[in-house]
Amino acid sequence: MGLIPYVPLIPLAAAVILLLTGKLWRGRSAGWLATAAIAASFALAVALLVKLDAMPAAHRELAHHVYEWITVGTFTVGVTFQADPLSIVMALTVTGIGSLIFLYSIGYMDGDERFPRYFAYLSLFVFFMLTLVLADNFLLLYVGWEGVGLCSYLLIGFWFERASAANAAKKAFIVTRIGDAAFLIGIVLVWTHFHTLEFAAVFAGAGSTAFTTRSATVIALLFLAGAAGKSAQLPLHTWLPDAMEGPTPVSALIHAATMVTAGVYLIVRSLPIIERSPDAMTTIAILGVVTSIYAGFSAIGQDDIKRVLAYSTISQVGLMIFAAGLGDPSAAIFLLVAHAFFKALLFLSAGSVIHGLHDEQDMMRMGGLRKAMPFTAVAWIIGALAIAGVPPLSGFFAKDEAVAAAGLLGRDGLWICGLIASFLTAVYMGRATFMVFFGAPRYEGEPHEPAPVMRVPMGVLAFGTLFAGLLGVSPTTGILPTYLGAPVFPSNAPSEFVLDTIAVVLALLGLGLAWFAYGSGRIDWVALRVRFAWVKRPLQRGLYVDDAYGLVLGDGGKLAAAALAAFDRSWVDGLVGLVAHATESLASVGRRLQTGLVRTYAAAFLLGAVCVLWFLVLRAT
Amino acid sequence: MKTPTEWYLIVSALLFTIGTVGVLVRRNALVIFMSIELQLNAVNLTLVAFSRQWGNLVGQVLAFFSMTVAAAEVVVGLAIIVALYRKRGTANVDDANLLRW
Repeated sequence: MGLIPYVPLIPLAAAVILLLTGKLWRGRSAGWLATAAIAASFALAVALLVKLDAMPAAHRELAHHVYEWITVGTFTVGVTFQADPLSIVMALTVTGIGSLIFLYSIGYMDGDERFPRYFAYLSLFVFFMLTLVLADNFLLLYVGWEGVGLCSYLLIGFWFERASAANAAKKAFIVTRIGDAAFLIGIVLVWTHFHTLEFAAVFAGAGSTAFTTRSATVIALLFLAGAAGKSAQLPLHTWLPDAMEGPTPVSALIHAATMVTAGVYLIVRSLPIIERSPDAMTTIAILGVVTSIYAGFSAIGQDDIKRVLAYSTISQVGLMIFAAGLGDPSAAIFLLVAHAFFKALLFLSAGSVIHGLHDEQDMMRMGGLRKAMPFTAVAWIIGALAIAGVPPLSGFFAKDEAVAAAGLLGRDGLWICGLIASFLTAVYMGRATFMVFFGAPRYEGEPHEPAPVMRVPMGVLAFGTLFAGLLGVSPTTGILPTYLGAPVFPSNAPSEFVLDTIAVVLALLGLGLAWFAYGSGRIDWVALRVRFAWVKRPLQRGLYVDDAYGLVLGDGGKLAAAALAAFDRSWVDGLVGLVAHATESLASVGRRLQTGLVRTYAAAFLLGAVCVLWFLVLRAT
Repeated sequence: MKTPTEWYLIVSALLFTIGTVGVLVRRNALVIFMSIELQLNAVNLTLVAFSRQWGNLVGQVLAFFSMTVAAAEVVVGLAIIVALYRKRGTANVDDANLLRW
């Protein structure tokens, strides 16, 4: 039981050591230290999984109370870590995928002047992420939640000499802050309703009739706002595409595999509260699928390879939230795990393309790379097929399970929306694949395959992408759904086979469409880009959401500030000036009393004393 | 036969009036200062006179206090006058009007 706290503490130790003694670690040694630390964490998490597995299915929960953190009156919060199936799956994903990305980073960041600091931040991120998933109360979860936000800020702005990176970091921090504020209000509301923040006690209380649907709706929507900020959902998604300014392994770990899925974890974790409000559940599902479709369209318009993946992440996380909102948490978590594999793989492949082309990210200057970088091409294509949902790769099982859940639950409208999102995924991934790896070369220089230290993690992730689907072959009886608690579908639900077939046909259609447009050579797509610029530009700008924010909040804010400044100058300052003028004119009369002649003062003093005495004498007699 | 207290009070009142007039009509800081001392001593005389009338030592004790304080006050006052004289070359109080509006 004493094992649990060490899972987050080992990466913390690595982070502290590297922050304090960073300069002493020559060459790549800092990277190896951090990688060893997170690998040790992963090993501990596996040990915990084994221990949990040996326990009876209904009582799989371990907890370790480290110390009492806050005690104010009846308000107590402890630093307590717990491991239950959901937490341990998250912890394994974070440490497992994290270890591979750490290893890859050793090669990717080689030669960077702030190499030790990079690994210190990365380790610190893993510590906070593990705190987030292993916390046993909302406040400790919130500590992790804010901590990962901080690390995200530090790592997006890692190359802060570039103004765009520094601005992207600020944007990510500020936009997520809006959601964080809502989440914090939600936590406070949880306390006012249940007088505790511990998950077990809160969720036990959430079932009682004293907890009204109305309160549940309010808390659920506040949590949803928090999740939307952290997980880059509409309308707070704008920071994620800009966050691609960070080093590519950071994008893979934080902005694809782990941190952005924290919102999904929060919703799945809080389901006992959220489920009390069907309206909130529907809102969550709709928000997820709308975000997913929106991001799918936007991804089609991107030319920067990392921005394609960023919108793709928004879209996939949208599907996870969609599944959670439908009341199928195991599908959400399954997609989360599978997505961590294939999106990390795609990002690392993109990183190796960018590395090989000397920091070129524009897909218009790639093309035909499969000949120069066959290993990277194979890794990318495995990832792309997986995310598009081609069987039997992991994405097929995971994504289609999330989409099919809507069909199985009889929510046909949502199911069709999910299918549209799924189809768009196939289109934009196909487009990126054909633009980067097929066709005539449009790049300059001699691209090269990455070093072995980068190839090994890509190989392992490709392997995982191929076979992670085995974790959840069936939404009701698969390994992961059983472990997390599979949903119960109505008995009159449509056949899962039919639903999956429709999804696969759509995925293949999407890939076919992408091939026809970008790979077949029958269409001059470069000319079409110019001719249909009026379609492409809105998609590339993400349907102008960012521009709208700039117009309303940026320019509008400046206008409001100017108006307030004018009011301040004319009215506030005017009023103050009026008082000052009145005082001055009064004083110009009064100051004449001060003659500066000491003897005048003495005479006045005497006169005053005589008057006082006279008065006293009169009163006495 | 004891001298009546009124006689002392008349002397005291005379001294106080001379001091007051001195403060009001003279321009030299030193003379004004001496006039103030005269006023203080007039009051001291009153205190002692009443002390004698009532056969009570409190008045005399208070007179001693007042003399001590007057001595301290002389130190400060003379220092100011000397400083003023060194700075302005005069001890005329009508010229010391820098703080006037």
